[in-house]
Amino acid sequence: MQIELRNIHKRFGPVHANQDISVTFHEGKIVGILGENGAGKSTLMKILSGFQPADQGQILIDGQVIDYTGPTAAIANGIGMLQQDPLDVGAFTVLENFIYGGAEGIALGRAQAEATLDDLSARFGFELDPHQLIDNLLIAQRQQLEIVRLLALGVQTLILDEPTTGISAEQKIILFDALRKLARDEGMIILLVSHKLEDVIELCDEVLVLRAGVLVGDMEMPSADHNLTGAVIAETKQHLVTMMFGEELEAQSREHYDLGKPVLEVDQLLVHDLRLDMQPISMSVQASEVIGLAGLDGSGQELFMRACARLGRITGGNLRLNGDNIVGASYRQLFHRGCVFGAAGRLEEGLIAGLTLTEHTALVADDHMRIDWKSMAKRTASRIDQYRVKGRAADNVEQLSGGNQQRVLMGLLPDDPQLLILEQPTRGLDVDSARWIWTQLLQRCQSGTAIIFNSSDLEELVTYSDRIFVFYAGRVYPVPDVSQTSIDELGHLIGGEFQQA
Amino acid sequence: MKDTKSLATQIAFLLIPVAISLAVAAILVTAVGRDPLEVVDALWKGAFKDSRKLGGVVNFWIPLTLVSIGLVVTFRAGLWNIGVEGQMMMGALFASWGAQYLLWDASMSPLLNLALIALSALGGMFWAFVVGLLKIRLGVNEIFGGVALNALVNVISIYMISGPWQPRIGGSAQGTEPFPVPALLPEFSKTFPVNIFMILLVFAAFIVVMIMLNATRWGLNLKAVGKNMRSALLLGVATERASMSAFLVCGALAGIAGSYRVLFTFDNLRPLASGGIGFLGLLVVLLLSIRLLWVPLITFAFAAILTGSTRLQIAPSLKLDSSLAGVLQGMLVLFVILFQGVREIFFPQRAVDAEDIETNENRPNE
Ligand SMILES: Nc1ncnc2c1ncn2[C@@H]1O[C@H](COP(=O)(O)OP(=O)(O)OP(=O)(O)O)[C@@H](O)[C@H]1O
Ligand SMILES: [Mg+2]
Repeated sequence: MQIELRNIHKRFGPVHANQDISVTFHEGKIVGILGENGAGKSTLMKILSGFQPADQGQILIDGQVIDYTGPTAAIANGIGMLQQDPLDVGAFTVLENFIYGGAEGIALGRAQAEATLDDLSARFGFELDPHQLIDNLLIAQRQQLEIVRLLALGVQTLILDEPTTGISAEQKIILFDALRKLARDEGMIILLVSHKLEDVIELCDEVLVLRAGVLVGDMEMPSADHNLTGAVIAETKQHLVTMMFGEELEAQSREHYDLGKPVLEVDQLLVHDLRLDMQPISMSVQASEVIGLAGLDGSGQELFMRACARLGRITGGNLRLNGDNIVGASYRQLFHRGCVFGAAGRLEEGLIAGLTLTEHTALVADDHMRIDWKSMAKRTASRIDQYRVKGRAADNVEQLSGGNQQRVLMGLLPDDPQLLILEQPTRGLDVDSARWIWTQLLQRCQSGTAIIFNSSDLEELVTYSDRIFVFYAGRVYPVPDVSQTSIDELGHLIGGEFQQA
Repeated sequence: MKDTKSLATQIAFLLIPVAISLAVAAILVTAVGRDPLEVVDALWKGAFKDSRKLGGVVNFWIPLTLVSIGLVVTFRAGLWNIGVEGQMMMGALFASWGAQYLLWDASMSPLLNLALIALSALGGMFWAFVVGLLKIRLGVNEIFGGVALNALVNVISIYMISGPWQPRIGGSAQGTEPFPVPALLPEFSKTFPVNIFMILLVFAAFIVVMIMLNATRWGLNLKAVGKNMRSALLLGVATERASMSAFLVCGALAGIAGSYRVLFTFDNLRPLASGGIGFLGLLVVLLLSIRLLWVPLITFAFAAILTGSTRLQIAPSLKLDSSLAGVLQGMLVLFVILFQGVREIFFPQRAVDAEDIETNENRPNE
């Protein structure tokens, strides 16, 4: 199979999200799609997979002009896509989802479907229990299910939009192995949208770079067979960054500030969970301190953060904010005392689909009963400038690209909070934006804000944390000296190898 | 630019289903051997033949518009306040209590009217508060809570009518004795029997709610809670307070609507005095997908059709059951909702825009 895009255009109002894009994808290739937030990556992928029509341009499959509308038609033409934000069908089991998502639908017998599912899972080392509810799956497993479902539908091209943002390093290895197999053994085309340059370099054969809707370049990736040395990776990364942003980015580091008095004191805190055997947690977070939480998905760090923000249940121990016990407090009470929680799922928790950016501003503005929409629009415009959001004040927030939604979310945080508890604050941000967000956060730290955050990006953890706690199966392990810890060592710790450290 | 286009689709998608339901109704009428035009004529005469008839329409319009405005508020907060019917009834009960026990002098009548209206608002709020409490504290869905409370208030009112408030002579479950005249809301005139103060109150409520929803932080909080409770909470909105306040506002308006039924329409308390108006309000608000601006107009159309339909039976050449009006309304709602679904499929972005037109009017765009 070979896919050719010819002169694709897509506009959203004044935004020219895809401008005259022409490109050919060849059989058996893994292609990375790179570009800053809002560059038009998702838009292009959605056009290819039938989720959105292009305004102009053609799609050719094996030289034939194909005209399809809708994802089902795209799948019938062999093109399937994993969305940036997975669609929820929580109440179904894995098997049901697999069956109902199939084109043959009911015709496919249950037993037969289960056999196919098991077969495909086994082939790629996926762990999918057919009778598990979708709600109980990790993001990585939801992806696996989606991949298996698309494969069963005979897809020859697989598009993945930022598949590695919410998954652990371990799961990533499984995913990448599966993708390699699909490309090498079955000649499939794999298109991977990602902001993680290491991933792209490791996995892809070539990359395309978009900037402001325009295809600005492509590049062959160094082949994995000629072992990828650190130097090669670093050089390639530099090159990609220059293509994406038009300039090189200097190495990132941070100043460490003098720590103040304890802001949050956690004393033998017990968080209940059905799946995890959570051990009591103790730590003290001081003003101006940045605490990084590391660990595989679902190792307890999310539970802990939510408990601290009083969004999750506490079954024992003590929790004090500025010396006051907050075990019995509600999130709203903490919010008014300067403790703010930022969740990872932007549109589920944090932003409100259907509200404009201005309405979001007005919502968090500590203002009078009457809303002055003019001044709110003005304030929004200045935030948009400050946070370099690609979008307009009157846009509904769900119209923004994923990364821009994240910027809006960060822009809504109060200016001088006591404590920020942030789930994956740079999830889905391009390298430049991620740094920029951290500059903003560190400014707040300098004036006394304490931060607790988690991340699956080890480099982010090592670069920005004063202290790191590793969560492993409900246990918490403090990393003795962050400045002396390498990313490699942290990786081992996350895998549960505490003895080595 | 986008607004004109989406406004056009919006209007088209409101008119097409109306036309279809009228056509279907016409076919139905023809099928039973009557002339559709005659039906239209009868409906029209039934509603607008003279000022008395018009008065009847207005008397239906007043409570219907009040509950519909209230329901826009609860819908904005993402709440299905099915309990609105019971809240009307509770308002009617409170007003009935006052009408029988506050035996003020005739010279105090206007003051008494006000007091009773306020009392009925309290009654409606009380019943809405219970629904809200069940929802917020115990997690009982407001639909179930509302249905249960609707049933409960009906039992209470029947008990009151056949028990403590039973007429002295000829007591039955038909209703209480007519209330003392000072308690009743006065008619404007014999030829136009409506209460002017209530009409003004409806418009006042309309304007105040319109402003509150679109220009205050309260209205924005409701919208945020209605669209995404979880995010609203994380952004610092007092979500429980917002939900409760929506219930209370709707309850107050429903209660007042209930008082109009007993203090004007019937002059006494009867079982089911709310007469399904709350449920009809739900249809109206569904029909408009929560756009407040059109509420008074649509409620007027509903009131006219329903009032006019009584004539279908009387008109000698027709002898149709007045429930034909109900059929027509049901079809209207069905088709409008159907077409909204169709529009969402074919004009997904416009649908988002259209929904916000009302709020955008009140706000500078950029
Ligand atoms: N449905 C829409 N309505 C209006 N504007 C849109 C819509 N979808 C995308 N856009 C705009 O098009 C541009 C490109 O968006 P796109 O989602 O393709 O970016 P992206 O490259 O995937 O970014 P990210 O890395 O942040 O996910 C953005 O400016 C975005 O605001
Ligand atoms: Mg994207």
